[in-house]
Amino acid sequence: MTGTTRINGSETPLLEASKLTKIFGTLKACDEINLTIGTGEIHSLLGENGAGKSTLVKMLFGALQPTSGDIAWKGQSVTVSNPAMGRSLGIGMVFQHFSLFDALTAAENIALSLDEKTPLDTIAARAKEIGQTYGLPVDPEALVGDLSVGERQRIEIIRCLLQNPDLIILDEPTSVLTPQEADLLFVTLERLRSEGKSILYISHRLEEVRRLCDRATVLRHGKVVGQCDPRAETTASLARMMVGSDIHIIDRHPVEASAPAQAALIEVKGLSQKPRGPFSVSLHDIHLAVRSGEILGIAGVAGNGQGELFEAISGEVLQERPDIIRIRGTDAGRIGISARRKLGAAFVPEERLGHGAVPDMSLTNNLLLSRHSTDRKVFLTGGTLKLVAEASLASAAKRIVTQMDVRKSAENPDASALSGGNLQKFLIGRELDRNPSVMIVNQPTWGVDAGAAAHIRQALVDLARSGSAVIVISQDLDELFEISDRIAAMVHGRLSESVPIEAMSRERVGLMMGGVDHSTALANAGAA
Amino acid sequence: MMRIEIVKRPQHSALFSALSPFIALFLTLIAGAILFSILGKNPISALYSYFVEPLTEVWSIHELLVKAAPLILIAVGLSVCFLSNNWNIGAEGQLIAGGIAGSILPVMFPDLQGWYVLPIMLLLGMAGGMAYATIPAFLKVRFNTNEILTSLMLVYVAQLFLDWLVRGHWRNPQGYNFPETVQFNPSAILPEIWMASGRAHWGFILALVAAVLVWFMLSRTLNGYEIKVLGRSSRAGRFAGFSAGRLTFFAFLISGALAGLAGIAEVSGAVGQLRTSISPGYGFTAIIVAFLGRLNPLGIIAAGLVLALSYLGGEAAQISLGISEKSARIFQGIILFFVLASDTLIYYRIRIVSRAGDAVAKGA
Repeated sequence: MTGTTRINGSETPLLEASKLTKIFGTLKACDEINLTIGTGEIHSLLGENGAGKSTLVKMLFGALQPTSGDIAWKGQSVTVSNPAMGRSLGIGMVFQHFSLFDALTAAENIALSLDEKTPLDTIAARAKEIGQTYGLPVDPEALVGDLSVGERQRIEIIRCLLQNPDLIILDEPTSVLTPQEADLLFVTLERLRSEGKSILYISHRLEEVRRLCDRATVLRHGKVVGQCDPRAETTASLARMMVGSDIHIIDRHPVEASAPAQAALIEVKGLSQKPRGPFSVSLHDIHLAVRSGEILGIAGVAGNGQGELFEAISGEVLQERPDIIRIRGTDAGRIGISARRKLGAAFVPEERLGHGAVPDMSLTNNLLLSRHSTDRKVFLTGGTLKLVAEASLASAAKRIVTQMDVRKSAENPDASALSGGNLQKFLIGRELDRNPSVMIVNQPTWGVDAGAAAHIRQALVDLARSGSAVIVISQDLDELFEISDRIAAMVHGRLSESVPIEAMSRERVGLMMGGVDHSTALANAGAA
Repeated sequence: MMRIEIVKRPQHSALFSALSPFIALFLTLIAGAILFSILGKNPISALYSYFVEPLTEVWSIHELLVKAAPLILIAVGLSVCFLSNNWNIGAEGQLIAGGIAGSILPVMFPDLQGWYVLPIMLLLGMAGGMAYATIPAFLKVRFNTNEILTSLMLVYVAQLFLDWLVRGHWRNPQGYNFPETVQFNPSAILPEIWMASGRAHWGFILALVAAVLVWFMLSRTLNGYEIKVLGRSSRAGRFAGFSAGRLTFFAFLISGALAGLAGIAEVSGAVGQLRTSISPGYGFTAIIVAFLGRLNPLGIIAAGLVLALSYLGGEAAQISLGISEKSARIFQGIILFFVLASDTLIYYRIRIVSRAGDAVAKGA
């Protein structure tokens, strides 16, 4: 750590926002926010989803106009009316979702964002130079479509650095990276700080904020609730500031050792699958087996075949042979999702709206979506007419809402009217309500606030301990370490061997996620 | 500087969902009034003779029911298609196919008489419409073709086939070379509901029954639920275990059957023989009926009567105003235009903005 914080000195801060407020309709997304960023500091903006981080940053960058309040840049009061003006002032931004064209090279992508007409060769040379200086190795001639997510992010950062900004805003930069890639990014950021550049670092990953950042501003419900030196705080105290209350600690009582030789409830044997579309990943020879009482965590950076694996196990996509998927001892590779549900399996997909739920249908109607075949006797009457039993649906929905603590504004709102976390609690509750013996969840707490996430994780642990087999596919390593009994990693459509949680470390899972061969990973982990 | 923006509503508006057809009808009347004044007619009296006069006599109310029957039958079937995201534009062809298939018995076996003739004709009519609707359904499921194009093109095939039939093999030998089949014998004629007062036949009753049955299916059964789920999100439908391909066949078969029934009911009830032109575009107008009725079979009954009125008004306008009966088509087009436009208000609201950023007034 070479950086020094000069904010306490007498010089004017790089950026000072005072009483910045943004109102959308009746919602105060940002409420009189004061934020000071000094020269040469890494400043963290902490907050849960919906705390107002993105709104605040967009106002600083010029993508949104504040309702009231001032922004002072190097002591001068400014109005940042658009992103181009933000850039010309010296504010650069690296977004969470990249805006790169797959079919163009790295250099061509960079050229697209530059205002002046610089020859491509010059751009490629400068990009290479910046890349070498800051430890961001990128081949300017490479097609973006062939690059990994980490490399794409480097292009975005180089693109940003080419504008020579004084302040760089990074929005959740590590959410798409393996731990090793994140380490490389931190080295780059520390080097930038040592050159006197300032960085506004948005994240909800407390460990990395404690490791990297000089100061932190914590937002909750659109207000600043605290400023601190994250290195002087603990993860728990930061979390408390962010959430406003203590976070529930997952109770992960151990698997009972009394029933060791149980047969697997869900088995996948030699699953291979060709890509089904231009943006789909192929699966290669996947094997897994999960026994009663166990949670298998599947780690991996997004887009490595997790969605395809989920759809293969759920039966939305059928397999070539029946014995590739076995659910509770029955060959299930050739039967559809309803028949697999009847064998006792339950599924919660990654995308809530449009996959796990129909957005403009009510909760009771969405309850029927995954339950019409398994709970036919309860939810359908009238024999072959198959009349929908609204009353039973309503009482079941009420039971789930109470069980999972789903907060909603109306008696039976549309799925799209619920917040992401509350809808996810409902969708998980919808499956738990039928006591499935096998459950597969893809990204259970993606975009879910900390309180709801803890609730969901506890529910999954409890389900497993009551005798079910659970598979959790997640990009969130903290989550997997918190609830899994074994962890495997997915990369390029292949699934690694699973490793018991006791023998697992973050470094090792990171290597597995990066596609390093399992034996090498073991050797490296042993050497470390 | 003022600017009008449309802003997405967080949740669709129930108020405008109910109001939208009425806004559309109101705007249609205004547009009609403007149109009439451009033509040099008094807009008030023109609108009166177009939309009110046909309702003042008992016989013309019968005519209204005659025209509404096929519109309602077809639109009810189309609502199943449109709700499930299957864009069947070829109901006119399915109507003709039903008319032809249903006419096999009275044309080829004119001596057959008995109570059984009419039921068999109706069933054959439905079968004909279904068979014809199977073609675009199969092409869509098997080859992923666009059903809008295939079903529409098949309309022209059906029209030309009918033309060929009634000018050729099926022409009435005693018909002075007119392109018509023989007159059906009485047991092949769909009877009037209330013979003493007018022409309205049992086709209208069939339309009401079909509307109520389909409404029940859509709103109360798992089948209806499946239609709505797959229509709104095919991925969620697959997650639910529903098959989009199977539903495509189901929707096309239902709408084909109802269009075919409309065809044979029209031939047997209103015309009494097969001719080159058995429909003034009912299959296309029914698309407007389906949307004006908000794809709800009960709403479609009302919408069918409204659109039937536009046909009658067109005929009345020809006589009393001296303008072409094609004006009916113009009105139908204007209605569809405004219905689709008004539907925007269900999902969006209109905001008037002056200068940069200051919302001045919120309308709608």
